Amino acid sequence: MSHALASGMGGIRTAGDLVARMQLHRKMRLPEAKAYVAQKLGVGTRELSDEVAMRELREELDIGVLTSVPGAARGLEAKARIASLLEVTIPSVERLREKIGPG
Amino acid sequence: MTKIYTRMGDGHAVEMTADEIRTDILAGTEDAADRGKIPALSQGEQDYLVDLFTFEGKIVGVEPGDEVVLTDDGSVNALYGAQSSSGVGVPISRESAIRVYERAFAMDTMEVGHPDYSFKPVKPIIALELQAMESVLHTTIIPMYYGAMPNLALYARPDGPFGNPADLLPMGKIDEARSAQEEAAEACTRDMIYIGKRMAEVGADGFNFDTTASAGDAEFLATLRAVEELARITDLSIEVGMAAEFVLGMHGKVTYDGVRLAGLYPHDQVKLVEKAGAHVFGPVVNTNTRRSTAWNVSRAVTFVKACSEAATIPIHANVGIGVGGVPMCETPPTSMVTRASVAMVKIGRVDGL
Repeated sequence: MSHALASGMGGIRTAGDLVARMQLHRKMRLPEAKAYVAQKLGVGTRELSDEVAMRELREELDIGVLTSVPGAARGLEAKARIASLLEVTIPSVERLREKIGPG
Repeated sequence: MTKIYTRMGDGHAVEMTADEIRTDILAGTEDAADRGKIPALSQGEQDYLVDLFTFEGKIVGVEPGDEVVLTDDGSVNALYGAQSSSGVGVPISRESAIRVYERAFAMDTMEVGHPDYSFKPVKPIIALELQAMESVLHTTIIPMYYGAMPNLALYARPDGPFGNPADLLPMGKIDEARSAQEEAAEACTRDMIYIGKRMAEVGADGFNFDTTASAGDAEFLATLRAVEELARITDLSIEVGMAAEFVLGMHGKVTYDGVRLAGLYPHDQVKLVEKAGAHVFGPVVNTNTRRSTAWNVSRAVTFVKACSEAATIPIHANVGIGVGGVPMCETPPTSMVTRASVAMVKIGRVDGL
């Protein structure tokens, strides 16, 4: 918790999960990962960790929000939208596509 | 002269003058530079640390926009686990705890892990672990690792089938100890590849090798071989977190890509981890409980800065209890954890913690 307060991006409070995905799936170093996500979201890199700006933008993009909003994308639904937004392959989303694809 | 209320490496409070803190910061970075054959911190970087440790506020933080990605090891064990995992014994399921970390604790990533947290005992219960991973993947948004420790020691007698180097070495049976470690490493690699393949099949985002090389160089080799294979046959994002700053030479002769593993420090470890195909590296620098936290943080960020500069993949420094400058105690003071956190970001130039 101390790290989250002192220097963490903020997870789904902000865009922390999105920047993490670019590090994990594309081996991007932090500046590159932030620049990539900021470009995809149409914001500056500083806004990626702005809780207020990202709370609104996440709901607008329907990519999962922190508070429980009825009708908003949840879990795997949100990840499917994130995969499209970031143009990145998310394994659990690929598995869902295989399960619902032509049998 | 004004005294600063700060902490020793064991967490106990101590009062130091600004000059004493500055002296410790210089000594800490020089110790790392000497051991790792790496550059010491610049005067400006040392001055930054002096400001950080003489600031009277309880907690500190990075500037907005400078935040980094957080990964975790052991993760939700800290909620439902017992003292051995620094757990607080909350009666909550593993899946629920992961949701708490995502939705209440602002984590950027999380992981599913078995309470024992070693790969070997996971193999016979893999179906349960897969079920947990599948369930979590349906309900969470943040990237999800499966994590555990290679823990080569579990493969040695009496816990495993192979000879125990801790018994053989004192008897002078050097060759037998080496053979036992090589056999154990092969079995460990097979188990880790098996578990990784199964986790990839159900859609896990990543696979975290935590506390790598805890049993020395043969364990590091077992892990690098598993990383190599999993990077080749799966889409898993692979993280390798180390056990200590220095790879112990329990075997002494094993190599990877022509490099002797015993004695490597973080800036050399990361090059082999990259070569094997990992996506994220977690360097460790051990805390000296007899020195001040200022000394420990200065020493830790010197090693990590060299590692970050050598790396091409993201660096997520370990900054939990007893590593990365954080005091070695069950309840690490928030004042010191936040200072270690900021120092890792601003001077260590990490991509995450």
